[in-house]
Amino acid sequence: MEKFTTVTGIAAPLRRSNVDTDQIIPAQFLKRVTKTGFEDALFYGWRQDPDFILNQQPYLGARVLVAGPDFGTGSSREHAVWALRDFGFSVVVSPRFGDIFRGNSGKQGLLTAQVPEEDVERIWRAIEQQPGVEMTVDLVERQLSIGELRLAFEIDDYTRWRLLEGLDDIALTLRNEEAITAFESRRAAWRPTTLPAR
Amino acid sequence: MSTDSTPSIDTPSAPRTLAEKVWDDHLVVKGEDGNPDLIYIDLHLVHEVTSPQAFDGLRVAGRPLRRVDLTIATEDHNTPTIGIDRPIADLTSRTQINTLRANAEEFGVRLHSLGDIEQGIVHVVGPQLGLTMPGITVVCGDSHTSTHGAFGAMAFGIGTSEVEHVMATQTLPLKPFKTMAINVEGTLREGVTAKDIILAVIAKIGTGGGQGYVLEYRGSAIRALSMDGRMTICNMSIEAGARAGMVAPDQTTFDYLQGRPHAPTGADWDEAVAYWTTLATDEGASFDAEVFIDADELEPFVTWGTNPGQGVSLSDVVPSPEQFDDPNERAAAERALQYMDLTAGTPLKEVPVDAVFMGSCTNSRIEDLRAFASIIDGKKKADGVRVMVVPGSARVRIEAEAEGLDKIITDFGAEWRFAGCSMCLGMNPDQLAPGERCASTSNRNFEGRQGKGGRTHLVSPLVAAATAIRGTLSSPSDLNGK
Repeated sequence: MEKFTTVTGIAAPLRRSNVDTDQIIPAQFLKRVTKTGFEDALFYGWRQDPDFILNQQPYLGARVLVAGPDFGTGSSREHAVWALRDFGFSVVVSPRFGDIFRGNSGKQGLLTAQVPEEDVERIWRAIEQQPGVEMTVDLVERQLSIGELRLAFEIDDYTRWRLLEGLDDIALTLRNEEAITAFESRRAAWRPTTLPAR
Repeated sequence: MSTDSTPSIDTPSAPRTLAEKVWDDHLVVKGEDGNPDLIYIDLHLVHEVTSPQAFDGLRVAGRPLRRVDLTIATEDHNTPTIGIDRPIADLTSRTQINTLRANAEEFGVRLHSLGDIEQGIVHVVGPQLGLTMPGITVVCGDSHTSTHGAFGAMAFGIGTSEVEHVMATQTLPLKPFKTMAINVEGTLREGVTAKDIILAVIAKIGTGGGQGYVLEYRGSAIRALSMDGRMTICNMSIEAGARAGMVAPDQTTFDYLQGRPHAPTGADWDEAVAYWTTLATDEGASFDAEVFIDADELEPFVTWGTNPGQGVSLSDVVPSPEQFDDPNERAAAERALQYMDLTAGTPLKEVPVDAVFMGSCTNSRIEDLRAFASIIDGKKKADGVRVMVVPGSARVRIEAEAEGLDKIITDFGAEWRFAGCSMCLGMNPDQLAPGERCASTSNRNFEGRQGKGGRTHLVSPLVAAATAIRGTLSSPSDLNGK
């Protein structure tokens, strides 16, 4: 994973709440066995409408998505993160994220920046007054800057650290190999095993 | 090794909740300074949709799959529910299934393929085999993994990166969840089911209300439910935003498990039951949040909108957006009514449907099929309504046929299908056409979930059956004289 420190790019306003992962990427695109090339699948249903925000310039080149509360709820599909990333997004801003989506994002270098609902409204207004305005997202300082606005965002310390360092979770966990093996040696006989099949 | 010795970390002596006990017993490394805990995973369920990129990741990094003996795979999302002896027509679906087969072969993972007697929806197969047990940790690249919490397991959905992580390490780095008690006291009226309880819970706390929490369903109405009913409730915890939902194990749990293929036997069984009996939340343990639901007051529930929190009693009318104070909820209601083609004030019982879907990991177990069949027995479906019944697993299908339920279903005019996820998400050919309206026993009424432009009303198997008879959203109590 690449190190994430600061991103500057066009911010796109998505004035919707409860954007579930079925909307971010419909199930028909989950049949692929690859991890890239999902840019056309992003918000596929909504993009059939020419007026949808991500069909409008300048937002085709947006890097920050600013959405209403409960973004990324529902299905665990990590394809939602891949599709956002493939479209060009590096940051999603929302007052509240689905738990699984937020976890998936952190593992793929997509920053989920949580801000209060009133701040999202201020950002939306700033963008709509000046479409195409760029936002700078500073993970070191946990700060968003857009126009005159300077807003703090929340992200948990651990995810922030991993993003800043660009660390691979599996390699980190495998540093605990001895502890895992020791745990396994204590595992009770009644606990399930799938093999041999019975 | 016959006993779980105490992990080498400090064991708290304060009263603990069920969730905290299961968590503590799976601590491999306690996180310090804000770092996550490292949690051991007892059972990893795998299906074709969220696993290919994870297997690829292992290959690229040259890592083995650490514990194939704690891993099991099944084919469910893409699989057709008719003509299962023929090659899958959709090429991308076929490729995904074939990819799982090749990966299972290469890494040595036990796989139940289409046509196998143990094939079915991953969340139906695990419990049925006796692999899902109290006090274990279960994960799957599927948000409805919460289903397994019905046994008192800590079970939650994960993304594909985490699937790869579990394959490589059999652990996950996780921050502890907060705990929320969902107290459901009282007795359900006739015609009111587990599905109505969970739809009422979601309507009450909202689709984001459970975020960051593990829900523990408690109270007399939960204790009175069968395991199939408890699974229905835990299944939809994610629809309230919670990754996991749990029910403390009790005699109902033990009776369900005993004798299943992978359930412990002999001395192991006795030891397991002794341990499982200690798991219930301690007297005096505190939850971070509590919710109370009066089971006596519940009625059959139905969703009217495009998220599972947008639900009301079936005897109500379609709500008006003006009823919502929160501007986001009001805007969401406006959008939902437009998408659903509904007018505020319309009695829900006057809403006609084009289709009825009886199935999904929420409601496709044998008791769900029995409930559905009990209502339609000897009747004919409404003209022009397509009714599809999809058992959760090949075993459920066989069991239903042994009881003659298939005959009741086909005599009714419904389609009796083979097992899979089917029209819950329409990854296979089972989909709604644009504009079609469906009463569905599944779990998500999102826009386009059951097919592009399709409109979904979430209901219980009993409401699905009554709706299939009358052709409009109905409960069994509306059937008198019909």
